[in-house]
Amino acid sequence: MTDILRLSGVQVRIAGSHILQGIDFAVSAGGVTAVLGRNGVGKTTTLKAILGLVPSTGTIEFDGARIDGVPTHRIVRSGVGYVPEDREVFASLTVEENLELAEVPGLDADYDTVHELFPELLQRRKQRAGTLSGGQQQMVALARVLLGPAKLLLVDEPTKGLAPKLVTEVGDVLARVAQRTTVLLVEQSLPLVRRIADTAIVIDTGRVVHVSDAASLLADESLVNSLLGVAGANVDVTPQRTRAGGSGT
Amino acid sequence: MSSLILILVTGVGLGALYFLVASGLSLIYGLMHVLNFAHGAFLTAGAYAAWVATAHLSGLGGWSFPVAVLVGMVVGALIGALVEFFLIRPLYRRHIEQVLVTVGLGLMGVALFTGIWGPDPLPFPRPAWTTGTTDIGGAAIPNDRFLLIGAAGVLLIGLVLLLRYTRIGLIIRAGVENRSMVQALGIDVRRTFTLVFAIGGAAAALGGVLGSVYLGSVSPGQGTALLIYAFIVVVIGGFGSIGGTALAALVVGLVQQLANYYLYSGIGDVSVVLLLAAVLLVRPAGLTGKTA
Repeated sequence: MTDILRLSGVQVRIAGSHILQGIDFAVSAGGVTAVLGRNGVGKTTTLKAILGLVPSTGTIEFDGARIDGVPTHRIVRSGVGYVPEDREVFASLTVEENLELAEVPGLDADYDTVHELFPELLQRRKQRAGTLSGGQQQMVALARVLLGPAKLLLVDEPTKGLAPKLVTEVGDVLARVAQRTTVLLVEQSLPLVRRIADTAIVIDTGRVVHVSDAASLLADESLVNSLLGVAGANVDVTPQRTRAGGSGT
Repeated sequence: MSSLILILVTGVGLGALYFLVASGLSLIYGLMHVLNFAHGAFLTAGAYAAWVATAHLSGLGGWSFPVAVLVGMVVGALIGALVEFFLIRPLYRRHIEQVLVTVGLGLMGVALFTGIWGPDPLPFPRPAWTTGTTDIGGAAIPNDRFLLIGAAGVLLIGLVLLLRYTRIGLIIRAGVENRSMVQALGIDVRRTFTLVFAIGGAAAALGGVLGSVYLGSVSPGQGTALLIYAFIVVVIGGFGSIGGTALAALVVGLVQQLANYYLYSGIGDVSVVLLLAAVLLVRPAGLTGKTA
């Protein structure tokens, strides 16, 4: 299987902190690749580095072309979709406007898929996104990247703060999306990872420390414990947060 | 009663002038987080451009003034776009350097205008109809007030339509809220930055030209003097909010005029600063709740 994404020696320093210290991994085309790790090890920063949202060194190749140093909007136009941690919907805009922003001028937006996956958004299209529930905002964030012809989706903690039922629904959506698009998923819910991920990449202190198929990693409790600091693969390792806002790095 | 009407209309006219200057400043900060201290130079450049144009357009008769206004706005827009492209764009995320550059540019502008046209105010050739008055409730209202109010109204409606009903407006509104996420949706937000600087420059230049009509002259320090009030208006209104800026401009213009007339001549400026302090104490994020 060909690699759609390849990172070599990617380093990120922010405000004097050496957050990514040489990330190396490749993502095969198709399916879900999960990025795992304790809180604050650099998972979110890895996604942001791929997208050019933070300055980085090293090499990043997407679909056979180097994208390190390329402006974010061009990376996105080349086929990378991004669902950020905490959704980051535009609160003052309506659902409809949030989706309009994601349309690529000159290309037909795939509203059929969006309405099929998220029929509720059709009913709430005139509602301001800031007034939606967390689950509904997640639908908007996912719908935005599904409108365009993305070849790779970077999805950052899509189940963060959601009720268990919604976690299952988001997992179902991601599984369906992964049938047509490669998904690179940062996720703390190991049950979800077990259910939908093919490959697992574990990051610790800014480096990749483990790569294997997700099922074999999560079947090995001692390995999970040593790499992720949790007792088993059936637990949700989402850290307790006392206030809104991202904790990812 | 006629005095009150005159004071109120003059206050609204002054507020309209402040809105013309402050609207671009508010949009620029709201979208780009750039405190543009060179905004006054855009205003003055537009005023001088219109002044020069008027001298060369006398053959157009009644059209010379509107064409001169247009020339001033185009010059303001061009300067705004060029400043963004060559000076501000390389300094995004470097806020201290941005402030230093725009402050320096503002000072340089005053020196440049002084060097070319001298330090003294030059009489601005006003259309005859702006020097007349219109009777409202017994008060003889100078027509230039209506020109300011009309121009500000057109600009406000134009900006609202742009922001509400166009894709570029949608990008600006989204960018004011979360610039990084706009880029992450595949939108080249830098082009929008240039456009917003151009719009801000054109609006400031319009304020400069009409301010020159109001004052009857154009001078190198004109922009700097108005910039202070524009910043006060933007802070009171809430950064990035056109509606808030319009409301704040109206309030500042009225307070200034009413205080000058009913309290003590010259105390209007102090009252505006007191108003700013009061708003910051009660609503630190401004009238529309957007923080600096």
